Amino acid sequence: MKVIAVIPAYNEASVIGEVLDRVRGHVDEIIVVNDGSSDRTGEIASGRGVVVVHHVINRGLGASLGTGFAAAHRRGADVVITLDADGQHDPAEIPKFVEAINGGADFVVGSRMLTALRGMPLHRKLATFAGNAATYALFGAWVTDSQSGYRALSRHAIEKIDIRTNRMEVSSELIAESKRNRLSYREVPIAAIYTEYSLSKGQSFFVGLKTLAKLVLRRLGG
Amino acid sequence: MLYIQILIVAFALFAIARVVKQYKEGRLTRPLLAFWSCFWLGAAIVALLPDTSTIAARIVGVGRGADLVIYVSLIGVFYLVFRMYVKVEDLERQITRLVRKLALEDFDKNQSPKP
Repeated sequence: MKVIAVIPAYNEASVIGEVLDRVRGHVDEIIVVNDGSSDRTGEIASGRGVVVVHHVINRGLGASLGTGFAAAHRRGADVVITLDADGQHDPAEIPKFVEAINGGADFVVGSRMLTALRGMPLHRKLATFAGNAATYALFGAWVTDSQSGYRALSRHAIEKIDIRTNRMEVSSELIAESKRNRLSYREVPIAAIYTEYSLSKGQSFFVGLKTLAKLVLRRLGG
Repeated sequence: MLYIQILIVAFALFAIARVVKQYKEGRLTRPLLAFWSCFWLGAAIVALLPDTSTIAARIVGVGRGADLVIYVSLIGVFYLVFRMYVKVEDLERQITRLVRKLALEDFDKNQSPKP
C-alpha cells in the first residue's frame, strides 16, 4: 500500500522545508507541485529529496492538484493525501485518512468543523459556511468543510475525478466530482492550526466571489 | 448637424473601413463582415436620422429612440462580456493542460529508469 502526499506549493519558501520534514515520516513518498513559484520553493523541495513537479507558470491550486494526481498515479500511489504547504495541517493525522480509505472510502476530507471550532477566526467560520452553502446549492452535496485542503483519495478516485477548474474552486469541484462518480465519501475530524503565516495566506472576500462565479460556470457545464 | 452626429458618422465610416480592411486581409469571415458593416451602418443611420430609432422604439414599446439604443447596447455588451468570460475560462483550461503536459514530461524524464 503506497501512500503519497501531494503538496501544491506557490511561493512557500519560508515554510516548505519544515512542512516536508514533518510530513516525511507519515507517508511513503512526497510529491511537491511547485506552481511557478518565483521564490526558492522548488529548490528547497528538491534539496529535501522529495519528488518535485514544476509548473513553468503559476496555474493555481486546482491545476496543481491535477498535475499532482497525475504524477502520483504514475508513481503507483494507492492512496493520495493532499495537504497545504503552509503548515496548517498536522501530518500526524495522516494515518486517520489512510485508515478511512482502508475502510472502504474513496474520498476523505479532513473537516475542521467536526472538531472544536476553537482557533478558527469568525470570518473564517463564515467563509467556510458560505463555501459549504454554495457547494450544496450548486452540486447538491452537503459537507461540513467544503474548502478543506486536507484530503485523501483512493487510486480509484484519482482515476475517476476530472478536475477542470484551475484555482480555489477546486475544493468544491472535488466534492462535486466525488458525488457525480458515486465515490464513497467520508469526513474525518482534523485540528485547525492557524498560524499568523497561514492566515496571511488566506483568501479575501473578492476571491470568494470569483470562486463562486467559477463554480456556477462549472455547474452550467463549462 | 450636431457635432455628436458628425462624430458618430465619422467613427462609423472609419470602423467600416477597418472592417473591410480586416476582411480583405482574411481576418474576418464573410458573415462577420456583413454583421459589422450592418452594425456600423445602422449606427450611422440612427445618428443621422434619430427618428428611425424612435419608430423602432414605438414598435417594440419603448418610449424614446435613444432609450431603445441604450437598452439594446447594454444587452449586447453584457452578452459580449459573458462570451469573453467563457472564452477566457476556456483559454485558462488550455494553458493548464499545456503547463501540466510540460510538467509531466519533465517528470517522466527525471523518473526513468523507475526506482
